[in-house]
Amino acid sequence: MRLGPLDVLHLGLLGLRTRKVRAALSALGIAIGIATMIIVTGIPASSRQALADQLSALGTNMLRVQPVSQGDKPTPLPPESVDMVGRIGPVTRVSAVANTHAVVRRSDLIDPNDGSGLTVLASRSDLLPAVNGRIGSGRFLTAATERFPTAVLGSEAAARLGYDRLRPGTPAPQVTIGNRRFTVIGILRPTPLTPDLDQSVLVGWEAAGDLLGFDGHPTVIYLQSQERAVEDVRAVLPATVNPELPGLVQVSRPSDALAAKRATEATFGALFLGLAAVSLLVGGIGVANTMVISVLERRREIGLRRALGASRGQIRVQFLTESIALSALGGAAGTAIGVAATVGYATLQAWPPVIPAWAVGGGIGGAVLVGIVAGVYPAIRASRLTPTEALATT
Amino acid sequence: MLVLEHVSRTYPGGVTALDDVSLTIAAGDLVAIVGPSGSGKSTLLHIMGTLDLPTAGTVRIGGQNVASLSDRRLSALRGRQLGFVFQQFHLTDGLTAAENVATGLLYAGVPRKQRRVRAAAALDRVGLAHRMGHRPHQLSGGEKQRVAIARALVHEPALVLADEPTGALDSATGAAVLALLLQLHKENTTIAVITHDRDIAARLPRQVTMRDGRIEGEVRR
Repeated sequence: MRLGPLDVLHLGLLGLRTRKVRAALSALGIAIGIATMIIVTGIPASSRQALADQLSALGTNMLRVQPVSQGDKPTPLPPESVDMVGRIGPVTRVSAVANTHAVVRRSDLIDPNDGSGLTVLASRSDLLPAVNGRIGSGRFLTAATERFPTAVLGSEAAARLGYDRLRPGTPAPQVTIGNRRFTVIGILRPTPLTPDLDQSVLVGWEAAGDLLGFDGHPTVIYLQSQERAVEDVRAVLPATVNPELPGLVQVSRPSDALAAKRATEATFGALFLGLAAVSLLVGGIGVANTMVISVLERRREIGLRRALGASRGQIRVQFLTESIALSALGGAAGTAIGVAATVGYATLQAWPPVIPAWAVGGGIGGAVLVGIVAGVYPAIRASRLTPTEALATT
Repeated sequence: MLVLEHVSRTYPGGVTALDDVSLTIAAGDLVAIVGPSGSGKSTLLHIMGTLDLPTAGTVRIGGQNVASLSDRRLSALRGRQLGFVFQQFHLTDGLTAAENVATGLLYAGVPRKQRRVRAAAALDRVGLAHRMGHRPHQLSGGEKQRVAIARALVHEPALVLADEPTGALDSATGAAVLALLLQLHKENTTIAVITHDRDIAARLPRQVTMRDGRIEGEVRR
């Protein structure tokens, strides 16, 4: 005679219903394990999603070309290389900056060697679209202003020089570059993909040549290509930029560098996942312990059920179901706690909450598995009791 | 209905609880098995109820030799042919009276809906129709034992085995429970009552007296 699934479930929940506090406490162990597991997978997943969103907003189709340093002096890029890059088919935008090696100061009263760690770069007037940069206040260099002593500050450079923003209607501030005064006409917003620009003071390409003795060799070429052709463009760039010495040209993809930096933050994940496994194991032992005690306490009930016609198999099924129900209860509670904690933390960090489906499925599946493993021994013990032994218990 | 032929039960260690007992219970009988404690009457009840197997001799229930059955078939036989009433009632705490009675049908393969209907009918039969939704801790001792009797009757077993059914009750309640058993006997239920109480045994139509694991004598009224 077989029991229906509903009857089995009913039997399995009977012990939990009559001993609620004990059931809740032993399910708590499982809940903590599952919650930990979901949190340690959900939080890095949310962080990765936030990074992916950020990267796709910043653009992953940007490339950066630099000369490789040989000895102590880098091999300069040819002055005509920027236009040559622009002639590669899939390249949509190209621009360049060049280091002038000049020193910038807030005023000429400051020590001429103290440049506040800032770099003065000659910039082409088409730089902004090529690096997805945006102006914070004022304006960028144009064909009209690039030949005059005007400067645009990177966001960090502006902070160090003491100008957070330009106020319309007041006289434009001035900075001293080399021995000349330059008028600040704009301040950039932070550019996460090209952090070196944040710490730079940008001056016009022509002005740098005329006023700062700059030789016209670009230091860094920034370009954007069609998304699908990024790797192809990357492959031909060295030979295009410096046909004589292609080996001395370094091409990098700023979005990769940002992704790699974030990836290192996620490596703690494995450690915490191990921790979650340990707490799940401890929870499982708790369930097994509860079940063993439950079988000892309920010997009379077992004897009665045997007298009422329950076979050994049916007794086994009853206690195994109880153990699985106990763990599944913990698993469900743990999943709820884990999801809530992940969503809460992600919201706090302004990340899009991501909970991997495999973590939720694995959490509940793992809880059920723990319930089975923990329940097998007590269930077999219960079924091995002979009816007379069980009934003789007082 | 139930036939024991030369049944012995020896426990490991050499204690002989039953020694060459032969007993036949016919359909419609109401038998008292009476004897002092240690006389082997509980062992006899366990063997009659297939809760224990004899070390020698045969037990036949409805013509079937119990020793030849697997655990599953033996359990099914208990679930369909036998009903048990225990001194300590053995009601399940978390269940209502009706649910406790319905448990008597669970292992007989009766569908859930029918179980409820038949449990209500059985409770009505023992005079507890008004206590259906009560839990065991809300019932008096006599009521508990009547719930247990309803559970033993609900699947209409061929034989009801009662182990000291009045042992945990005061004499007035015990008498009421005994009256219920006598009434059920009139309605043609086959019942075997184990008791150490000679007064109770004297009120039943057939008495089997036991001493030291043997049947000492038998009286029919």
